[in-house]
Amino acid sequence: MLTFIVRRLLWAALVMFVISAFVFVLFFKTPGVDPARAIAGRNPSPQILGEIRHQFGLDKPFPVQYGLMMKDLFISRDLVSYSNQGVKVVPEIFAAAPATLSLVFGAAVIWVVMSIILGIAAALLRGTIVDPLLMILALIGISMPVFWAGEVANLITQSRFHDTFLFSWVPPLGYTAFTQSPVGWFTGLIIPWITLSILYIGLYARVLRANIIETEGEDYVRTARAKGLTERRVLLRHTLRGSMITYVSLFGLDFAALVAAGALLTEVVFAIHGVGLLFYQSLNNLDLPTIMAIVVYGAFFIVLASALVDIAYAWLDPRVRPT
Amino acid sequence: MSTDHDGDALLRVEHVKKYFPIRKGILLQREVARVHAVDDVSFEVRPGETLGLVGESGCGKSTLARCIARLYELTSGSVVFDGRDISRLPRRRLRPVRRGLQMVFQDPYASLNPRKRVGTIISDPLRIHRQGNRGEIKRQVRRLLELVGLSPEHVNRYPHEFSGGQRQRIGVARALALHPKLVIADEPVSALDVSIRAQVINLLDDLQDELSLTYIFIAHDLGVVRHVSDRIAVMYLGKIVEISPAEELYRHPVHPYTEALLSAVPIPDPDLSDQREHIVLEGDVPSPVAPPPGCRFHPRCRYATDICSREEPPLVAHGSPDHVAACHHPLSFSRAAAAGAPASVEDA
Amino acid sequence: MMTDPLLEVRNLKVSFRTEDGTVQAVDGVSLTLAEGETLGIVGESGSGKSVTMMSVMRLITDPNARFEGEVLYKGRDLMALTQDQIRGIRGAGIAMIFQDPMTSLNPVYRVGWQITEQIRAHESISSQAARARAIDLLKSVGIPHASERVDDYPHQFSGGMRQRVMIAMALSCNPDIIIADEPTTALDVTIQAQILSLIRKLRDDFGTAVVLITHDMGVVAEMADRVAVMYAGRIVEQGSRRDVFYQPQHPYTWGLLGSIARLDRPKPERLATIPGLPPSLLNLASGCAFRARCAHRFERCLETPALLDRLGNGHLDACHLEPQAKKDARAEAAPPELVEDAP
Repeated sequence: MLTFIVRRLLWAALVMFVISAFVFVLFFKTPGVDPARAIAGRNPSPQILGEIRHQFGLDKPFPVQYGLMMKDLFISRDLVSYSNQGVKVVPEIFAAAPATLSLVFGAAVIWVVMSIILGIAAALLRGTIVDPLLMILALIGISMPVFWAGEVANLITQSRFHDTFLFSWVPPLGYTAFTQSPVGWFTGLIIPWITLSILYIGLYARVLRANIIETEGEDYVRTARAKGLTERRVLLRHTLRGSMITYVSLFGLDFAALVAAGALLTEVVFAIHGVGLLFYQSLNNLDLPTIMAIVVYGAFFIVLASALVDIAYAWLDPRVRPT
Repeated sequence: MSTDHDGDALLRVEHVKKYFPIRKGILLQREVARVHAVDDVSFEVRPGETLGLVGESGCGKSTLARCIARLYELTSGSVVFDGRDISRLPRRRLRPVRRGLQMVFQDPYASLNPRKRVGTIISDPLRIHRQGNRGEIKRQVRRLLELVGLSPEHVNRYPHEFSGGQRQRIGVARALALHPKLVIADEPVSALDVSIRAQVINLLDDLQDELSLTYIFIAHDLGVVRHVSDRIAVMYLGKIVEISPAEELYRHPVHPYTEALLSAVPIPDPDLSDQREHIVLEGDVPSPVAPPPGCRFHPRCRYATDICSREEPPLVAHGSPDHVAACHHPLSFSRAAAAGAPASVEDA
Repeated sequence: MMTDPLLEVRNLKVSFRTEDGTVQAVDGVSLTLAEGETLGIVGESGSGKSVTMMSVMRLITDPNARFEGEVLYKGRDLMALTQDQIRGIRGAGIAMIFQDPMTSLNPVYRVGWQITEQIRAHESISSQAARARAIDLLKSVGIPHASERVDDYPHQFSGGMRQRVMIAMALSCNPDIIIADEPTTALDVTIQAQILSLIRKLRDDFGTAVVLITHDMGVVAEMADRVAVMYAGRIVEQGSRRDVFYQPQHPYTWGLLGSIARLDRPKPERLATIPGLPPSLLNLASGCAFRARCAHRFERCLETPALLDRLGNGHLDACHLEPQAKKDARAEAAPPELVEDAP
């Protein structure tokens, strides 16, 4: 097991390096992108551009720039943003993280619970009208773009029906830290949670339903029934257990992607100042250091999650464990 | 090893070994152990004969077949087909060899490409080896379908439209498309129902006479192997333990494993079944990763003694040069008759 | 003369509605099983042998399945029981073992756990007691180092060992009947010999009745007291082991016996075959299901033959031919050694 873990971590480091280098090069090779010009503001003179280039080290060779940036990011951790002068990037990300984590965790709880309920219901009620109805609902959920759904939600809860008893409790857009006001934190996040989870409920309900139906046909489920177990036990201990392996693997990766600034659209629509929103802003401003930092942070999360998923998989399925 | 027919052998397998590495390690995967799938096997096949290859799971018979057909690379040893050593030929030079050596596989549901029509499946080998123009190929395909007992109208159907037995016939037709000299049939009837098995076996028999084919017939069903084979080789854990003319193997097995194998086959005759001695081997087949020292069968052998765990017995002749076995305590004829061989078979 | 049979299947019919029509998988099967008896059900794929016994245990969950007929176990009709009642019988009164032990055991749970799960589903005993019993069971089926192996996962056992685990599990609640569905088909022949020997021993030790489903006539000859031959969802012949093997009354049985490549007889020039293919069970027509492949068919075969005791000796068959005609035909069709007159 130890060699397995060490190997995964080494691969993780390699992946992170490759991703960060790739983003770095991409940034500079994108046509029309000149960070010096972006920093300088309107109509800069060539002299100012030259100064800026020198100040930010943009005139040095690429590998050196990359090396310097990585050093600032990891070692001295004083990487400075291009757009917000003097603001250190790493602390900025850490400050934004709680908002993202709150958003993603809450949504995850909702989507896991709901998708399991819907997935099991659809599988058990296969053959009745309920199954296709649930699957159509799921499909609608998957098809709704989250930024559209978010805006519609805002329309309903913030303006149109805001004054009714239904939505008067909804605070204005934005994130309130838990430490500041638990109630505010909660009420401010409910609508974003629901919006973000709709897509995933749909996706995971479908996946679970398909897995349950497939597992139902497995020989060991037949054996479980033949042993005289109750239907409930067969479902929970045998069928579901077999279906969850895929579910857990997918969940791990989706969750990690969301934490790694994947909830960008939701954060923008609901004005939640998380890592996603930060990323959005830095892309707009061509703020390379922030972009790089978030990319590395994101890559780290995804690689970590993928390693955890592998480990979880081995825990769930003894056949996969290295002997 | 029989050496009288050296010049006549169509296929000669010499000291073939095939090991599969087991790798472990952090960055660089080192080989920590090997699966000794085929461990120094030698035999020959004469033109026009059927050599049966029997053994249970893990004995290496399928691996050996694939090594002969160069679907696997040999770890060491040589395969001489029609006078040429084909074991070291580069891929490109192998193509003309494939015309003479073909394989029929076990699973009729998996060995045919479900997305191709039957006509295409059979004509592919002809096209690849440029055997004629389109018209000639078409005619050949029809002829082949008739040869295996299928209607030529089925040319445009897909495999899933056929039953298992019919699919197996299609596989045979494909294997015969290039008029091979040697056909290796790897468990061709194991996946078929009993009543269909006989049909396909009879077909293979007929084709052998009509087309002067030579077969290597791999199976675990001893009854089937005895029916089709002229000579039979018994494999255990990567090695050949006995080779003998078919009838003689069943009447006078020399190797204790052969004896046990024969005794284990259920006989569809209640009285006979009650009367005969059932030799039940203890334990499982050991792992081919760490085969037992000395004679590989000794841990499960009822006649094993000290020497069996130390020295590996060589393959030597017993009675006639055609009947060889590797055992320190080969069964004598009288003991064989009393112990495992079915009682009602008349002696020659 | 006889006590009530332990299990009696009366005119069982099982059909499946499909898009293309109705598939009649089991078409009026009746059989009995006495205490301690071993019944061998022989047939090829599509004969309905598995569906019949799965229906006895009410294990068919396909919502498109339709059942008719009765299955009497110790006098109670299993088809009429509630889900809860049938659950109590499964694994306790009637246990089943399946063909492929690799896929039939849950790969993520230890084997000891799977055995104790069954025990505790039917008996209220402590987990320690259940575990002790599981270890004993593993010992009795010949698994070495049972007290350590009880915590292993199925994939850590070989094929033969896994099947022993399944047998141990099936025996865990001392069932009256064990249904073994092709228990050795997936195993090597020497392992098969081990497992069959084990089943014989356990059957003798515990007095369990066994229904052995197989396509291998040799296995049936070795294991069964009585034999039922199935074809296209119907029983075409049923009788004692010796009757069916030495005086087979149905052309399909002749064909089956004749087409086996046997080790105990001289090699025939060609294997006798049954021409053609088994019929599709979709929208099955009336009349004898075998007639399309039968060399002895005549006009009467258009009428579905009933499974009757035509010879008056407990040996049933479903063939319209007169007994003498059968004797003559058999002498032609089957290998000569099979024709043996009763003493």
